[in-house]
Amino acid sequence: MQQSKRWAWLKSWEALMFIILCAVVVANLRLSEHYLDLNNLANIFHLSIEKSLVVLIMAFVIINGEIDLSVASVMGLSATVLAERYDAGWPIAAGFALALCVGILCGLLNGLFSAYMGIPSLIVTLAGLIGYRGVARILLEDRSVGDFPSWFTSLGQDGIIGPFPLTIFVFIALFILGFVILQYSVFGRYVYAIGNNRAAAEYAGINAKQVKVTIFMASGLIAALAGAFYAARLGNVRANAAEGFELDIITIVLLGGVSIFGGTGTMIGVGLSLLVVLNLRNGMSLSNVDGNTQTSVIGLLLILSVLVPNLIQLLQRLLPRLFSVIAGFMNKGGATKPKSQVSVHQ
Amino acid sequence: MRRIRRWVPLQRLREFSLVIILIIVVLIFGNQIDNYYTPRTFNRISSTVALITLVAVGQTMVVLTRNVDLSVGSVVGFTAYFVGRYVSKNEDMAPLMLAALAMGIGAGMGLINGLLVAYGRIPAIVVTLGTMAIYRGLLVEYSDSKSVATRELPDWIKELPQESLFHYGEYELRALPAIALAAVIIIFFLLLYSSFGRRLYAIGSSPEAANLAGIRAPRMVTLAFTMCGAMAGLGGMLYLARFGTITVDAARGMELQVVAAVVVGGVNILGGSGTVLGAMLGAILIGTIEQSLIRMNINEFWKDALLGLCIIIAVTVDRILINQLTPWWSRTELQRMPEEPHAAV
Repeated sequence: MQQSKRWAWLKSWEALMFIILCAVVVANLRLSEHYLDLNNLANIFHLSIEKSLVVLIMAFVIINGEIDLSVASVMGLSATVLAERYDAGWPIAAGFALALCVGILCGLLNGLFSAYMGIPSLIVTLAGLIGYRGVARILLEDRSVGDFPSWFTSLGQDGIIGPFPLTIFVFIALFILGFVILQYSVFGRYVYAIGNNRAAAEYAGINAKQVKVTIFMASGLIAALAGAFYAARLGNVRANAAEGFELDIITIVLLGGVSIFGGTGTMIGVGLSLLVVLNLRNGMSLSNVDGNTQTSVIGLLLILSVLVPNLIQLLQRLLPRLFSVIAGFMNKGGATKPKSQVSVHQ
Repeated sequence: MRRIRRWVPLQRLREFSLVIILIIVVLIFGNQIDNYYTPRTFNRISSTVALITLVAVGQTMVVLTRNVDLSVGSVVGFTAYFVGRYVSKNEDMAPLMLAALAMGIGAGMGLINGLLVAYGRIPAIVVTLGTMAIYRGLLVEYSDSKSVATRELPDWIKELPQESLFHYGEYELRALPAIALAAVIIIFFLLLYSSFGRRLYAIGSSPEAANLAGIRAPRMVTLAFTMCGAMAGLGGMLYLARFGTITVDAARGMELQVVAAVVVGGVNILGGSGTVLGAMLGAILIGTIEQSLIRMNINEFWKDALLGLCIIIAVTVDRILINQLTPWWSRTELQRMPEEPHAAV
């Protein structure tokens, strides 16, 4: 009994993620001497900064018991709106503002249909995934818009402190904001309460529908922001921008210990899993592993991260039984049926 | 009236309304497009829909048990490549053996999904999100990023899509739609009248009740995933026959189309209700809209936006209709069911 208490912290998801992170970092250090270069460290974050941003809000969505498959399409739509308006002669700032508004509108639609119409968010956002991308295709067709003013692209590409660009600092600020809101604010507690048991939360007087719509709108806003960053980083927008990002994003959140059924998971866990995935991908890129194989390694990690704790739990349940069978065998000199667990302890 | 209500379950009504929507859609397109009511249109739409229908049939079984299989696209891609590579080396392979091989590979992949979900107790969306990436990675590793080209294939498989089994005037029933139709009919009766099918519905409606009734849910769920994988495997062979050239990106994103077809077909994503007939109608509706839009010469770029709109309209209308009809249909002694808890599957 005492032993299980001493090692209890090891069972927490964050500890597991931290151990995996250490293993990945050590492996990367042995793999390449350039791993610790400042440029490489900046690159780790810089190359997937858009996904990292959306991961933060996706954690809210999934803890709340919903899912948002449409984020990548909203990212693409926002980048497309920005580019299309720039092409039509608007200043970048105005296009950027419009892109954010479009993102919020997409989130609002998702939220209204899932919270107020009672359609599962998986379906609503699946329609959104197809539909919002479709709007992006209507706007840009098969054109590619680039030639943004240099201040805009340098915002996404050039470092402002050392090699770290502005977007990384935006991410850090949003991470801290998300952490505080989720773990320490009333709203954050509402998010957990609704994700745990929506009916109970509503009986406790929480306006679940309003909270859900708010979260979906925030998800649209952050996705739109990430889309604009994507345009700034690549300096060139096509209608298929950010296609397929939603799966990576959801994988990172689930790997962070957030239950797909909602109600559990922490921002720290999600942050650690983000570091694990980014470092793992970086390490594999340094050793020339193909992109698809990288994704499948992360898929394997996702499955194992849930499977292994489940198996350990199963073993913990089975081992005392096994011992009691052996003990019974030695005491009475014959095999007896194992008694129930409770009676063994008494 | 009471007689009708007793003998026609609500689910049939749902499918009936889908048929009506389909007819309306066809009438609208027929009005807009010259020469719409021709055998060519029919043949084209039916060959397009066959593939999605076949995979959607398997997906329906998984969704009925309150799970979802997102790995079908990767399974279709992998089997298409594997079978294509295999048949290009063994040209004298019998067609049925090849189909069995494809289904076997698919079933193996489905079995892995099922075991992880049912016995590893991992949520289906997590498992299949992972295996979607893993199976795609397997394809990349196995193929070494090379493609199967049409010219490497034996003639019979290249001619399979044009093969016509039965024709009425110029309206043909080609091989691909025939296979899909056969699968729909078999699985339809299997789900409605076999104890296996009823158990799937029971598990999806209420896992606790099913458990108390003595149903071994893990075994059934594993079986459902395995059959879904087998269907996707067969779909892989048809994919090979239809497209000929298989790259590592084959059937990427197909899982979304399949889930969309299942959902539009009125299969409840929270499990327990829906039929493969509905899934087929969903696939036909989506396929008809897609193909007709291409014919209409309005910009092809409108396709996705309209498809998304269609899905949300279909689901919303279905939701409202069923909500309104359920209390009336099941007469007064059954009160309206309380809303189901919201879970992201």
